[in-house]
Amino acid sequence: MASHATGRGPRRTAATYVRRGLVLVYLFFLVAWPVSLVVTRTFGDGNHLASTLQDPAVVFALQMTVVVAFWAVVINTVFGVGMSLLIVRYDFAGKGLLNTLLDLPLSVSPVVIGLALLLAYGPRDGYFAPVLDAINLQVVFSVPGIIMATAFVSLPLVIREVVPVLQEIGTEQEQAARSLGAGGWQTFRRITLPSIRWALVYGVVLSLARSLGEFGAVKIVSGNISQQTQTATLLVEEKYLEFERGAAYATSFLLTLIAVAALVVVTVLRPKEEKA
Amino acid sequence: MTDLLTSPSGTTRRRRPRRSASTLTRPAAIGLGVGVTWFSILVLIPLALISFQAAGGGWGVFVETLGNPQTASAIGLTVRQALLVTLVNVVMGTLIAWVLVRDQFWGKRALETIIDIPFALPTIVAGLVLLSLYGPESPLGVDVSNTSHSVFLALLFVTLPFVVRAVQPVLMELEPEVEEAAASLGASTFTTWRRIILPSLAPSIASGATLSFARGISEYGSLVLLSGNLPFESEVASVRIFTYVENDNPAAASAVAVILLAVALAAIVTLNLISRRVARHG
Repeated sequence: MASHATGRGPRRTAATYVRRGLVLVYLFFLVAWPVSLVVTRTFGDGNHLASTLQDPAVVFALQMTVVVAFWAVVINTVFGVGMSLLIVRYDFAGKGLLNTLLDLPLSVSPVVIGLALLLAYGPRDGYFAPVLDAINLQVVFSVPGIIMATAFVSLPLVIREVVPVLQEIGTEQEQAARSLGAGGWQTFRRITLPSIRWALVYGVVLSLARSLGEFGAVKIVSGNISQQTQTATLLVEEKYLEFERGAAYATSFLLTLIAVAALVVVTVLRPKEEKA
Repeated sequence: MTDLLTSPSGTTRRRRPRRSASTLTRPAAIGLGVGVTWFSILVLIPLALISFQAAGGGWGVFVETLGNPQTASAIGLTVRQALLVTLVNVVMGTLIAWVLVRDQFWGKRALETIIDIPFALPTIVAGLVLLSLYGPESPLGVDVSNTSHSVFLALLFVTLPFVVRAVQPVLMELEPEVEEAAASLGASTFTTWRRIILPSLAPSIASGATLSFARGISEYGSLVLLSGNLPFESEVASVRIFTYVENDNPAAASAVAVILLAVALAAIVTLNLISRRVARHG
């Protein structure tokens, strides 16, 4: 099927080079050059990275981002694998509707997500404020709210990767394992998990990248208090507006590094998974 | 499940999908209950509260919110720029996908990574890097910050992958033989494009365009630093929502959110219709 790479070489006309040139120029000016500037601005006039990492507010924000992203990814992985199994392996009323609704978080503006969580869990007028008061739990303007906002925006990413693979592998092996006396958990761990492994890693990496970078929803829900509820992306904005440009670029550099690393991991994994 | 195991495999039709769903067992039902509860707590109830909040005020809130010239201008700007960006993405995205699939050259793999960067990069960082090339300290001498062009630029960056990634797999499946046959029968390059390639790509272009438009009208993070959020000039709808939230006016914020949602739905329906027409008639 993928025969146009080998065998017959592509016919090269002037148009081929015009198209190629156009694409290269477009991507260079839109993505490659701007993104490369984050490196230049971080290390251009003295090493901003080293001095920035001395700033307790930066260290706090980075730790906060890592903690929040970790919990959001854990929640979405457990939820995602469970939901994928239920959707693919079982029939129940409302399955189609649930399937559609699960994609919803990807098409809602982060600001709207923040607003939604505020309306539900806000400390004063939130719909669930009395309940939260009763159990003495603060969600909005606190870490649980930030984790919820982050989990919300990246919710469908694991499901979207795992569902097609589960559909593809079918149930023969699982049924064989069951008939040989394996329990539910054993079947999952020995048969299902190894088959969805790469899709799962891919989904987790995507969720992680999305979670580390969330801005709008977290900005509304967190209250953005330095060294209390401030994440790395919020800190970038604050530092830039306070004319601490070096710190803003250095923090951005770290976030860019993680994003590019995630992409490289995904690119390395993809072909493996397709060949398997 | 026992039925499936005992039924001889030879008699079942080969064509049947390998997926065989069964009815809920008790542990599965409990799992489903827990999952749906969490999904409701996290997503469904909060989102529903937005529509209740907006509907609670009745038409009055919508009329009042849209009657605010600053809000109306922000929504107008957002929709205009998102449309413009989607148009550019349809052309450039298809072109990029074409080059990635049909062209062979050194460094193509790097290009694949570059296209995904806007997905992986935090939006605030996206705004910052665009600001360093197209802002006041631009090495090019081009400064679009605090203008409506900055909105266009930021949306162009964050929506780059949608059309490319939608069109690319379909283009890979397309057999070049069909195009060669058309060409050998005397069709010009343009006719082959319009009659053979475009109809096959139309649905995927449309779905990429829908995603790009939906993302465009809801974008926030990349615009915060770049656009300056000047009322009547570079302030977008998401920023209006944010301001309403900060000013403790959730009813107006919800009204703008619902209007954005309606625009997104209208776009999905329209693009779906267009792509069906193109796919049928070429």
